Formats: sequence, structure tokens, C-alpha cells
Amino acid sequence: MRSDHKFDPVLAADRASRNPGDASGRSRPVLSTENLDAGYGGPLVLHGLTASIPSGETTAIVGANASGKSTLLRALARLLKPARGVVCLDGADIHSQSTRSVAVQLGLLPQSPRAPEGVVVGDLVRRGRYPHQRLFDQWSKADERAVVRALELTGLSDVGDRPIDELSGGQRQRAWIAMALAQDTPMMLLDEPTTFLDIAHQVEMLDLLARLNRSENRTIVMVLHDLNQACRYASHLIALADGRIEAVGHPSEVVTAEMIERVFGLRVSVISCPVSGTPLCVPHTHCY
Amino acid sequence: MNRTARLCSVAAAGVLGLAIVGLVVGDYPVPARSAIATAVWDRGGEFDFVINSLRFPRVTVAVLAGICLAASGLLFQTLIDNPLVSPDIIGIDTGAAAAAVAILAIGLDARLLPYAAFAGALATAVVIFALSWRRGFSGGRLVLVGIGINALLSAVITYMLVRFPVERVSAAARWQAGTLSGSSWDDARTLAVALVVLLPVAFLLVRRLRIMQLGNDAAIALGMRLEQNRMAVIATGCGLAAIVVAVVGPLGFVALLVPHVARSLAGALTVGVLLLTALLGSVMLLSADLVAQRLFAPTVLPAGVVTAAMGGPYLLAVLRKFNRAV
Repeated sequence: MRSDHKFDPVLAADRASRNPGDASGRSRPVLSTENLDAGYGGPLVLHGLTASIPSGETTAIVGANASGKSTLLRALARLLKPARGVVCLDGADIHSQSTRSVAVQLGLLPQSPRAPEGVVVGDLVRRGRYPHQRLFDQWSKADERAVVRALELTGLSDVGDRPIDELSGGQRQRAWIAMALAQDTPMMLLDEPTTFLDIAHQVEMLDLLARLNRSENRTIVMVLHDLNQACRYASHLIALADGRIEAVGHPSEVVTAEMIERVFGLRVSVISCPVSGTPLCVPHTHCY
Repeated sequence: MNRTARLCSVAAAGVLGLAIVGLVVGDYPVPARSAIATAVWDRGGEFDFVINSLRFPRVTVAVLAGICLAASGLLFQTLIDNPLVSPDIIGIDTGAAAAAVAILAIGLDARLLPYAAFAGALATAVVIFALSWRRGFSGGRLVLVGIGINALLSAVITYMLVRFPVERVSAAARWQAGTLSGSSWDDARTLAVALVVLLPVAFLLVRRLRIMQLGNDAAIALGMRLEQNRMAVIATGCGLAAIVVAVVGPLGFVALLVPHVARSLAGALTVGVLLLTALLGSVMLLSADLVAQRLFAPTVLPAGVVTAAMGGPYLLAVLRKFNRAV
């Protein structure tokens, strides 16, 4: 398992050998919000939020519980219609575009997805090809290539015939990532991809996403609970508090003890991570 | 050949075998070879009436109605993500029956019955769908509203049966049990026309249902237009169920049970599973019809009584397995 991905020779080789057929060969879509108000019918969760997602980077959305992290991700993924304001994909309102054409630009890993009973890994991953298929289309060579590649990238080639419910939690999560990968979108949105995973599987999952970002040049946007993981893996941080942006930028520039106290109401010391050199927040408690 | 294809071949052989048995067996004995010859290439002759006017149309109606009901059940169970749901349980059949009994009770022409039943089924579907709509669709709500509507309509039927003169409503009571005897080529043709239209739609919807199964978020992310496709599934499923009630009468449990059997044999939803479900629907209805014809011969039971008798114990077994799993 690679814990330090910053200077990884394998990744460098990956990068050098990437072929033009990859997601990297395509134009990069631009995703942003303007004056976004959103909620679930009751009081608003997001208030006049304006943000943009830098292409080709890994963006982490962080914040306290109920700060609107998942709501922002859901709005970006067009799962939630804004009450006011817009979400723009390539300069046009995402809700004015055909959902299918958006689906070839944006992939999503939903929070705690549930697979239908008895589905095998390969079958789930194949379903990710849906937006690329027309009404009477047969399964194409390109579809098959994308599925094989998605299984390889997630290390699931050997378990393609196994039912999802027989897999470990980590493998199951990777199977859903593989489905989103088969969708072959230049941008992927992930809602808490590490929940329910143990620490080793969390690192494995985040390393996989880092690899996808670096070697395939995919834009990654994820909601993360763990601030230190966000600092380590993201090159762009959006910190939310009460549905508003509290801080935005590169973790090494924006993560300070004051910012963390404003966002989480917690006093911390920010030190440099001995492994990655990224900011590391160590909470203060009353017990010491 | 993969597992599903093998299962489909076996089921198709079963349909063919049971259909031949259906032609041969009866009060008037017909040798197997003559039965097939009379039905397929040698029309006329000694057995023409009993084969081509009585048994062959009945067997054909059983095959087609079985396909309709089972396919309808699979659509509903996948859409609502619940193996204990079927059009007859959420009141579609009862809606058809209520309209049919009303036609007979107020003394209108009995030839209107199939049309009334069809209209009743579709109207019930619309009412259930409208009442269960609260800022979006919910499968659970649809089932609960459906069960409520089912109970209400059953009460209406019972009221009509006791309120109106027995000579009028006795025909309705018989129709309500769902019988295949007396099926005509006209009935078979009606079912065939419905299948030619609706079955290809059902097959096209399989790919969409496979996406909708992944949950709302994943389906939207994959570019699925949920509301339109849900409507399409419900309309197709209702159409398939309604046409059978209109032509044959309500036949319980086929739509509930067969998709369940097909899924447990062949696994997650594919086009192959829909094909297998359709074939097994025919197998179940052909067997039910044989039992109905021969069990107390010469007295003939309504096929609906037999499907219910087959379905009840199976349903209990499924529930038992569920309870153990929970």
C-alpha cells in the first residue's frame, strides 16, 4: 500500500504512459455554482453559495455535520434542484442540459449505495455504461474495454463473477467506484467515499482516487469527514460552515487553527504531517 | 450457453410439452399424434371441433395470459424493489373486476365486459398512482395505497353481488374466479395483439430497470430520466395485467410468484430473466389449467382457484425464508 503518493515512481510511469483514449484526452468540463440556495423543502441548507471546481484537481468539501457538505455535492451532481441560483456545467445551467449528456461528463459515487440482490461485480460495473448506450445499441467493444479497465484500476478483475453481497466492505465500495469509472467521465463526485471503511481501506480508497486524478487526469470532488485526509489528498479545499463558504483554496494556505475553530468550533494545533508534509490538525481537549 | 439460456430452453420445452398434454387430455380422448396433426397441419377431420374449437384456443390463451401476467409481475416487483408486490395485490385486478361486475349488475350488455374490465384496471392504476404521489414517487407508498384501494374495491364488489339480482350477478361471480374454459380464438387474438405491443416495450425497459434498481441517486447520475421511465414501467405493467383480467378474469398469484421463481433461478435482472419469467408464466398457467380441467373431471374448476391454491403455500414458504433472514 502506498502511503506517500507525492513522489511515487509508479504514478510517474502511469502518467508517462497514459494513452490519448483516456478521460485525459478529452476537454475538461467546468463545474461551478453561482449564488446557490438549496435545501430539502424546509429551511435552506446552502445560502448564496458561489464556488468553482478547478479542473484536473482533487477538491475536498469539508465542514461540520449539517454544514451543507453533502447538499453541495448533491447540487453539483444535479440530484438536488437549487431553490435559487444555478449550478453551471461548461457555462450552462446543469438542469437545462439533457441528463444523459451530463452523465457522460459527471460520474457519482452515492453515499452508502445499495446493490440489487444477487448482482455480481461485473454486472454492476457494466451498468455504468448506460449513458453511452442508445435505445437499440448492442454491447460494444468500447463498452467492454471500459469495463475491463475499470475492474483493473480498482483491482477487482479477479472477483468480477462474485456477488456483491459476498464482498468485504472495501471491495464493495471499490465495485461502486468501478461502476462510476466505467461511466468514463472526466469528472467524478464522491459522497463520503471512506465511510464504513477501516483505516487501511480508507487509505487504499483515497490512494486509488489520487491515482485516478494523477494518471488519468480526472477531476475529483469529494465530501470528506476527516480533515487530515482532506489536507493530504486534496489540492483544493472548500470549507463550509452553516451553508456558507468559510475558506477556500489549497490546504497548505487555508488550513489554520483560526479557520478550523471557525468551521468546526474546535481548538486545534496545526502541524506539518511527518509523512506528506501537508497540514495536520491535532485537536485540543480538556483532558490533558 | 449460459445458465439463463439453459433455463429458458428447459422452460420453453416445458411450455411445448404442457401445451401438447393440454391438447391430448380431456373428457374426449384424442391420441397425441392426431391431436398435434389436427392442431397444426391437418385441420378438419374427426377431432377438429374438440381440438381447434375447444382445447387449442384454451391452451393458447393459457400460454399468452401466463406471459402477460408474469412479465407484468416482474416489472412491478423490480420497480418497487419488493418481491411481494404484484398487480393483483395492489388492486389492479380488483379494479377490473369491480368495473366488470358493475356492467353485469346494472344489466348492460355482457359483451362490454372486457372493455369495462380493461378501463377499470387502468383507472385504478391512475388513482393509485395519483394518491401515492407526494412530492415524488415512493414504492412503499404505492403499495400501501394499492392495498387500501384493493380492500375498498373488494367491498364494493361484495356489495354489488349481494345487492343485485342473483341471476344477473352469478355470471359475474363466475367470471371473478378466473376461468380458462370457454376461451375462444378471439380471446387469444386480443392477448396476442396486446403482447405484440407491450412485450417489446417490456424488453426495452429492462435496461432502464437495471439502472433504476441502483437507487435514485445512482440512476440520476447515470443519466436516467426517472419519472418518465417509472410511468412507462407502470403503464406497461398495468396494460399487461389489465388485458388478462379483461379477457380471462382475475388469475391470482401468477404475477406474484413466477418472477420470484425466475429470479431465484437466474439471478439479477437481465433480458434473459424477463424471457424466463414469461416462459415460466406460461408453464404455471398451463399446469394450473390442466389441474383445473382434470382434478375433479368432469367438473371443471376455474383456473384462478388452482393458481391461488398453488400460490398460497409458495407465498408462505417465501415469507418463512424472509423471516429467517431477518
